[in-house]
Amino acid sequence: MQEGLPGAPPRAEAPTSAIVDRERALGWLMLSPALLYIVAFVGVPFVLAILLAFSNATVGNPTSFHFVGFANFARILQQPQFLISLRNSATVTLGTLVVLVVLATITSELLARDFRGKRLVQIVLMLPWAMPVSLAAINWLWLLDSQFSPIDWIFRQLHVLGPGGLFGPSMHFYYLGRTDLALASVIMVYVWRMLPLATIIVLAGRLSIPRERFEQAEIDGAGFMRVLFRITVPALMPVLVVALLFTGLLVIGDMATVDLLTRGGPGDSTQVLPYWAYLTGIQGGDLSAGAAVALFLLPVLLAISIVVLRYAYRSEDA
Amino acid sequence: MATLETRGLKRHYGKIAAVDGIDLTTAEGELLAILGPSGSGKSTLMRMVAGLERPSGGDILLDGRSVVGVPARKRNVAMVFQSYALYPHMSVYDNIVFPLKSYKVPRERWKAKVDWAAGVLGITHLLDRRPGRLSGGESQRVALARALVRDPEMFIFDEPLSALDAQVRHTARAELRDLQKRTNVTCLYVTHDQVEAMGLGDRVAVMKDGHVRQVGEPANLYFEPADLFVASFIGTPPMNLLEREAETLGIRAEHFRLVGEDQPAGDEDEARFRIRLDQLEFLGAEWLAYGHEERGSEETRVIVRFSQDEGATVTPGRVYEFAVPRRHIKAFDKQTGLRSRAGRSQQPQD
Repeated sequence: MQEGLPGAPPRAEAPTSAIVDRERALGWLMLSPALLYIVAFVGVPFVLAILLAFSNATVGNPTSFHFVGFANFARILQQPQFLISLRNSATVTLGTLVVLVVLATITSELLARDFRGKRLVQIVLMLPWAMPVSLAAINWLWLLDSQFSPIDWIFRQLHVLGPGGLFGPSMHFYYLGRTDLALASVIMVYVWRMLPLATIIVLAGRLSIPRERFEQAEIDGAGFMRVLFRITVPALMPVLVVALLFTGLLVIGDMATVDLLTRGGPGDSTQVLPYWAYLTGIQGGDLSAGAAVALFLLPVLLAISIVVLRYAYRSEDA
Repeated sequence: MATLETRGLKRHYGKIAAVDGIDLTTAEGELLAILGPSGSGKSTLMRMVAGLERPSGGDILLDGRSVVGVPARKRNVAMVFQSYALYPHMSVYDNIVFPLKSYKVPRERWKAKVDWAAGVLGITHLLDRRPGRLSGGESQRVALARALVRDPEMFIFDEPLSALDAQVRHTARAELRDLQKRTNVTCLYVTHDQVEAMGLGDRVAVMKDGHVRQVGEPANLYFEPADLFVASFIGTPPMNLLEREAETLGIRAEHFRLVGEDQPAGDEDEARFRIRLDQLEFLGAEWLAYGHEERGSEETRVIVRFSQDEGATVTPGRVYEFAVPRRHIKAFDKQTGLRSRAGRSQQPQD
């Protein structure tokens, strides 16, 4: 037992009127840069986009603000490009996500283990995220070049391509010149760009699974595949869903990749909604129609996001 | 049912030896408790037997076969972790049936086996629930059912009771003991709680610093500790250790017998101790008195046990004389900490 009992706690100093002592004011002051940023760069453009979509504004005459109701939406629905872009957006996004689920599970499984050279693998896996999209696109343009593609060269060396090869006498695949391969190429580049983000999210989930659960499964006689599909993947489900939501939203709203890689071609075979919105609104000068295209998916994506996040939170509780 | 034997089992982490040459043998159907403080190497030993960790040296034999190269999933050793490690996304039924599926037990036998294991542990009504909706005691039964359902050659329990409330722990201990005796599966029970180890184990192996200090039946550890560590670790309260010139004397609290001041020195079979009692603690069935030897330092605390009636007659702060039968005085070598074989004139061994 200590000597004596502790006395009453010392009285707090009398409050001064300096702003640092007024918690509410200080709080708002600290928040204001972030608030300003959100209002100026997220809120205003968002409201503007909605206003534009229901007006008849053009690039040449952006101030003519007449409310035209759903006329812009009706107009774009009639254009054949709309359905093509919608379908391509869906194909590219879903295709990317399917490949991402598989790859992100594999990479996180890999990075959850200890092995020689793990640091190097980590760096290589994260590299695409650090690379500027323009630089990445140049790389991919070269890799997928119609004449000088190194990938074609490798296939030729393997005698898969070229005379007598599995893929016929042609010396080239023309990745970006054929409709099916162009779409596949776009998906491949998206997977390449999004894998680091997906890996980081899924790896965080993977590392939060207690090690004892894996050891228990091993003792219960489960081999690698059984552990992966019966223990790991179910535990990763909520985090996989979040990873897919984030990467999916990034992919479905992105136009830079298509712009730099194929410009929507050949024909409209890789045309996606954001790029078409850009072409219509900015290049074509039809600002209001462009805004309508851009806004078209908003309610759908919003609904999907809410449902998915609800699911993710709920399964975390269970 | 199998026997377990370890021969010179070692596990090093860099320069540190977590387990440093352990030889243990269990009999069939025996419950061997591995008791030790944290860092004693008991968990490493257990993990090597389960196959979760590779030994650095030595051998592990299950029924005489070396299993060192055999992966955990092929050993048929069932384990219950401290956290129970239930699979949270599966129902209780799916948790219990998991090992059966892994071990390729024919599908038509699943239900009967799960029902049997659930019945043994009294959790048949929980089969549809998720682990998240179970209490600590229920989770433990599910983990036990999952271990039991596959007819393992051996159980390993890693502190299975430590996650339970104090009230539940008592009944859970009795049930665990009952379950092991009924199924007669050889069992390794790892714990840092000596009450648990003594209460459950057919035999107890006391570990410290990667070595087994003593293996024996609980009573044997209690009355005849092999060294000072075991003496100070086993028993509530642990053995009193009194310093003498050449040796340390170990005496259990209940072996002190109060004698009146005026009583003549007892017969040759008894030794006398004068102890000043500092504090008295009423424990219901008995009293514990904390004191020190009148001639010794106050640092060396002596704990004396009194019966209900006797405790009421003593007053703290006073010196009392106690007699201890010489056969209850254990002498330890001060240097090695081991029991000195031949007692000095003061304590003849019988």
